[in-house]
Amino acid sequence: MLKAVNFLVVWVLLVFFWVLLNGSLATDVLLVGLIASLIISLLFSKDLALITEFRATPPAFGAALRYFLYFLKELVKSNIRLASIVLSPALPLNPGIVKTRTRLKSRMGRLMLANSITLTPGTLTVELDGEWLYVHWVTVESTDIEAATAEIVAGFEQHLEVMYG
Amino acid sequence: MDGILALLGGILLVAGTTFLLLGGLGLVRMPDVFNRIQAGTKATTLGTLLSLAGIACLQPAWATKLLLIGLFILFTNPISSQVLARAAHRIGTEKSPLTSVDRLAEDQGNTP
Repeated sequence: MLKAVNFLVVWVLLVFFWVLLNGSLATDVLLVGLIASLIISLLFSKDLALITEFRATPPAFGAALRYFLYFLKELVKSNIRLASIVLSPALPLNPGIVKTRTRLKSRMGRLMLANSITLTPGTLTVELDGEWLYVHWVTVESTDIEAATAEIVAGFEQHLEVMYG
Repeated sequence: MDGILALLGGILLVAGTTFLLLGGLGLVRMPDVFNRIQAGTKATTLGTLLSLAGIACLQPAWATKLLLIGLFILFTNPISSQVLARAAHRIGTEKSPLTSVDRLAEDQGNTP
């Protein structure tokens, strides 16, 4: 039952993307899109964790929105911070790779977390190993696991936890 | 109305290309591969998104396609950077002498 729902969600989404990309609802265009999306969703719908692991509950949608806004804010902050580092003649760096820990359990939640960290102020996920994330930090403020986790991971984790668990 | 959109589009394009320029500058100035990836990832993501938004203001008919391009960039950019960084670390790429700590190498049993 759940499989069928996943399959339908993936199919509808793929057709939606196809229509957006083509900008046309002509019969032949639509038909090609429907068939191609059908084959893709038959083959891959069980692996599309992005959609299928999302908890489609009202709090999850709220968290998704807050996550997105928080993400945009962090993205802008990271660019301004990096720009100031690159432009300053002294190049004030203190790089290092620190270890952090995540409470997230799902594969998708961890992937989103790693991606978000990569796009935020001066941090870049180097390796994912179970609940441990190794993060390259341009200006290391703390090498302690707890402190680094609070600084780097916690902001995104609170939203992603509601979305994916 | 057209004038306002054109102005906004121009401003967004200038902002986007400025971030792209700063990203390029970062690639040249940063000391090692990890710091370069940092400069490359963030600046190109925001720079490209702002440029796309600027183009969307100048050519409103392209907006949906530009939005899709933006989404794909948001999803693929961090993944490619992360894989590059991981590969660089696995083959033992030389780190800048400024590097203060490397927990990953420590956990793998190497000296940083």
